[in-house]
Amino acid sequence: MSLDQHPTVPGELISPSRVAPKDRGLHRTDLGRLLPYLRPYRARLIVMFAVALASLGATIAIPLFTKKVIDGPVAHQDVRGLWVLGLAALGLGVLEAALWMARRWLVQLASTGVENDLRKDLYARLQVLPMSFHGAWQSGQLLSRIMNDLSAMRRFIGFAAVLLILNLIQVIVVTGILLAMYWPLGIVVLISIVPVAAANLHYERQFTKASRAAQDQTGNVATTVEESALGLRVVKSFGREDYVYDRFDAQAVKLRDIQLRKVTIMSRFWTLLEVIPTAALVIVLAFGARAVALDQITLGTLVAFITFMLNLVWPIASLGFLLSMLQETMTASTRVVEIFDAPREIESTGAAEVTPAGRLELRDVGFRFPGTEQWALRHLNLTVEPGQTVALVGATGAGKSVLTSLIPRLYDVSEGAVLIDGVDVRTLPLSTVRRVVATAFEDPTLFSMSVRENLTLGRPEATETEIRRAIEVAQAGFVDDLPFGLDTRIGEQGMSLSGGQRQRLSLARAVLSDPRILVLDDTLSALDVHTEALVEAALRNVLHDVTGIVVAHRASTVLLADRVALLEGGTITHVGSHAELLATVPSYRFLLAADDELDPSLAHEECWETDEEKQAIAHAHATVGIPEDEERR
Amino acid sequence: MTATTQPPSTPTEATWRGKLQEDQPDTSVEKTAAPGQARALLWDLLRPHRATVAVLAVAVIAENVARLAVPRLVQIGVDDGVPPLRDRRDGSTLTWVIVALVVALLLQAGLRMFFLLRSGRVGQNVLLELRRRVFRHFGTLDVAFHDRYTSGRVVSRSTSDVEAIQEMLENGFDGLITAVLTLIGTAILLLTLDLKLGLVCLLSFPFLVLLSLWFRRESAAAYRQVREISALVIVQFVETMTGIKAVQAYRREPRNQQIFGELADRYQQINIRTMRLVAIFMPGVKLIGNLTTGVALLYGGYLAMRGEITIGVLTAFLLYLRMFFEPMQEITQFYNTFQSATSALEKLAVVLAERPAIADPATATALTQVRGEVAFEDVQFSYVEGRPVLPGLDLRIPAGQTVALVGTTGAGKTTIAKLMARFYDPQHGRVTLDGHDLRSLDQQDLRRHVVMVTQENFMFEGTVADNIRFGRPEATDEQVRAAAAAVGAAAFIEALPEGYATDVAKRGGRLSAGQRQLVAFARAFLADPDVLILDEATSSLDIPSERLVQRALRTILADRTAVIIAHRLSTVEIAHRVLVLEHGRVLEDGPPAELTSADGGRYAALHRAWVESLA
Repeated sequence: MSLDQHPTVPGELISPSRVAPKDRGLHRTDLGRLLPYLRPYRARLIVMFAVALASLGATIAIPLFTKKVIDGPVAHQDVRGLWVLGLAALGLGVLEAALWMARRWLVQLASTGVENDLRKDLYARLQVLPMSFHGAWQSGQLLSRIMNDLSAMRRFIGFAAVLLILNLIQVIVVTGILLAMYWPLGIVVLISIVPVAAANLHYERQFTKASRAAQDQTGNVATTVEESALGLRVVKSFGREDYVYDRFDAQAVKLRDIQLRKVTIMSRFWTLLEVIPTAALVIVLAFGARAVALDQITLGTLVAFITFMLNLVWPIASLGFLLSMLQETMTASTRVVEIFDAPREIESTGAAEVTPAGRLELRDVGFRFPGTEQWALRHLNLTVEPGQTVALVGATGAGKSVLTSLIPRLYDVSEGAVLIDGVDVRTLPLSTVRRVVATAFEDPTLFSMSVRENLTLGRPEATETEIRRAIEVAQAGFVDDLPFGLDTRIGEQGMSLSGGQRQRLSLARAVLSDPRILVLDDTLSALDVHTEALVEAALRNVLHDVTGIVVAHRASTVLLADRVALLEGGTITHVGSHAELLATVPSYRFLLAADDELDPSLAHEECWETDEEKQAIAHAHATVGIPEDEERR
Repeated sequence: MTATTQPPSTPTEATWRGKLQEDQPDTSVEKTAAPGQARALLWDLLRPHRATVAVLAVAVIAENVARLAVPRLVQIGVDDGVPPLRDRRDGSTLTWVIVALVVALLLQAGLRMFFLLRSGRVGQNVLLELRRRVFRHFGTLDVAFHDRYTSGRVVSRSTSDVEAIQEMLENGFDGLITAVLTLIGTAILLLTLDLKLGLVCLLSFPFLVLLSLWFRRESAAAYRQVREISALVIVQFVETMTGIKAVQAYRREPRNQQIFGELADRYQQINIRTMRLVAIFMPGVKLIGNLTTGVALLYGGYLAMRGEITIGVLTAFLLYLRMFFEPMQEITQFYNTFQSATSALEKLAVVLAERPAIADPATATALTQVRGEVAFEDVQFSYVEGRPVLPGLDLRIPAGQTVALVGTTGAGKTTIAKLMARFYDPQHGRVTLDGHDLRSLDQQDLRRHVVMVTQENFMFEGTVADNIRFGRPEATDEQVRAAAAAVGAAAFIEALPEGYATDVAKRGGRLSAGQRQLVAFARAFLADPDVLILDEATSSLDIPSERLVQRALRTILADRTAVIIAHRLSTVEIAHRVLVLEHGRVLEDGPPAELTSADGGRYAALHRAWVESLA
């Protein structure tokens, strides 16, 4: 809600959260920690509760009133009295319905409001959680939390919570009245509460475990579903529908089995809670009869006692599903709080909103993926002055892409530091860092939005001229041929574009955000030679004004840079010009040897393949080849 | 508090979302359900369980008899059991009553547990069956459908819609059956007690029916919107999380928050609307009940004064009337859940009724020995009507030939590839494999022989080995390793923290694009198809990897048909034959060497530019 007020200007990356810190008292449980979300609706909830109590009063009053009408006017032939009291009874009936409506009306905003506020805050939180978090968590788990668990909370607040409290009150009041009526029998009723509590304690732990497992498994099923939806084209390419189905089926069957475990626990717990009050009734009847026989109470008292006791059956029996819902809500809140508790890791610090010149320095940088021992990068040093461009060259898996994600702090270094203008990026506001650094990723991600919206991702305030210029640089003029030009929706839910087109838009996006440091992570790979040449020519001008890092696989891209840094084994081993490295570093030559490519007439077999390698491939092929028995099938 | 407080300058969805087609709302990708379609699906799902359902109905009736017997037995105990005990110390009646009570109690307990257990099982099995059907069906639907429907919607249908139905199955039936039984029982009691008074009370029925009809109409529309808007929320959520890297790098968070906030607000609004309907419906039923009781009291009191009925009858009548209206709440509650589940069922029924445009033939031609000859015979194809991508293509690729497709964006290269893999069917003409029309073949069978590798390189959850094995699930570890070695992926995989057992971590986020391409290559190599289609499958490879792949390709492609789409001519050069395409037509066709030396040819120009770029 507060978010609606400061949207479009990308300011600080906020992640509002009202989750109370873990402590004792009310905030001991995860559900308790979410209580602050009820705060805005406090007044409403109090009124609603009062209304609920009043409607309970009306519910009790109506039969009493009816009885009064029969005992009074009807018995005494009082026509006027019948009209007065009868109409009053009618009025009471209308009042009861009105109170019901009021209760339901009042709870709407509170229950959906809590759900909505939590959903938005959770989304905000997920947006700022680091890449390491997103790498470790299955997306289906997140989806099931933001949809499933929050709806469970809504249902609890909107329906079960009130009922739970009212029923408990009813149990307490009725038991009190029974105690007052005739305490020895009242004690019997009181004692019958013991098995109720015991059953609750006994099943609670089992049920919590099962419900947690069920909710987690729901997330796993969602993950499988999401995965097969996103990977559908690959599944189809290989005709692996059956294989994917089997994977899904295993998860779905597991979910069913966990749910059945829950069903088993619930069936016992619920039955017990339904039987206990009735059993107490039988005992009361036996003891009561004895008391009547001994003249300790009158028959009338016993009748009244038992009639009143019937009022306990439903509130206690209903505890079964109400407590189950409470358990589920508690599990849901734990799962939600887990996300709020996940460390943000990449914290935004510093307040200065400066625009640095863009001198980039990597000082003794080391990086390990979270949870791994192996260093992806180690002792890496590199300085790039404003206006300079460095090409990063390295074999597949050398760590080039990781290195590029360290600059905009998508990951933080494990040791050493990344500095912009001599300032550690970790001491700058995150929004500043990400405003200063723009990356065109190797996987061009487009969102299901208009072309314009996709391009202005990093800079919503960009003018039409700037957009045009960026399109020009990236040779993305094809957007004008789309049915609605810049307003055409692209992305998964829109027009599908080819890999090369997506890359060009991604590049235009990076250029448009007008960064001080421009990182191009193999952005031109899907372009044809002709377009690539045009883009490179235009890029040269752009790179002239910024600090550039270009991840390059080709000589043509390397030539965009002033210097080349060779990345080997997680560190930079050589820095120099393309010509120098080509002349002096054999591994560089191996990586970028254009000579071999240049002359296709070179007999590849002779110069590329030793006999050994040839055999290896032939062997691999033989191993992989379809086994005979399968061929027969 | 939310949707209403937005500043007027806030861009609406229309501005950021962009246009796809004129005058078409977002939800138009989904057809609306035919009347009764949802119910038909529900019955269809329940049919295998009808025997159990019948047993359950009996159990529930028996349980109710036992349950209702309890207060009656207690009453007998008090009225007939206690006085003899008090007066004559004769406890025999009371003992019998207590024995009967214990029996009733045990019966109730046993039957209740049986019912909860069994009905829970039926519910879970129905859900499993529904999940399976929906999943499998989405798998059979063609790519064109998925292009339109999008993954987010698939996820939404398969998760949150199924869960809406779960809610009904979990808290539905038992209450309903009990309620209906009580309702019928008390209605009969009321009528037998006093016909005139009973008929007056039945006057409330038309009002109840009218109210229910109103609720049904309104809530059906509202719950349908709930399903649609929750799908939009899910779509936005999935897209954000899938593209989180770009979101963070470009500080998209505030804007996203706004977009998501708007959707979440809409979701809240529609949820409030459904709750409002219930907030009118349920108290409405209560009101009708209370008014009826009031009228019965007045009319009954009048009758009693005139001596037409006794006071005892009136008291009993009013008591039963109360019992009559009590279960109404339960029924309306169930009706509400049912309405919510119905709209979810509707959505799923529509999906399940969707027939794949690319379907398997009734009797498929079995592919045994595939040579790999592919032919396009006067193939016409367009994605959008009136904009032909292939205006009429004739192309014959002899078995074993490697063909490279070259041309600008929109020339139709990828379309040709997709038609070969039968992602789409041509609108005119036919595509054949060994002379068989692809439409006459079983799809899974076809794709065992024709495999396409694209730039997409999707990685599934699991290890690197799992992902390679996707090409042939029954492959041994050794075969997986051999495949990786053959395409030159072995070196990088072995350098990973846990080698082949390394988790690719959420859609390969930890692998670079080049590494994923190598894994995808290994996957295709392992699948060992007769026809291999490579659509820009080498673009992200670095030169040494590409060299290795090309070297491997020479061997891999030696004994099979291949179509290669690549803008990088180094890959094209290994082809036997190059086709230069423009607007879906073949402009040049010949061996690369021949085309390179052709004066004024497009390929020659392309080749020159490429050579220059390498210098």
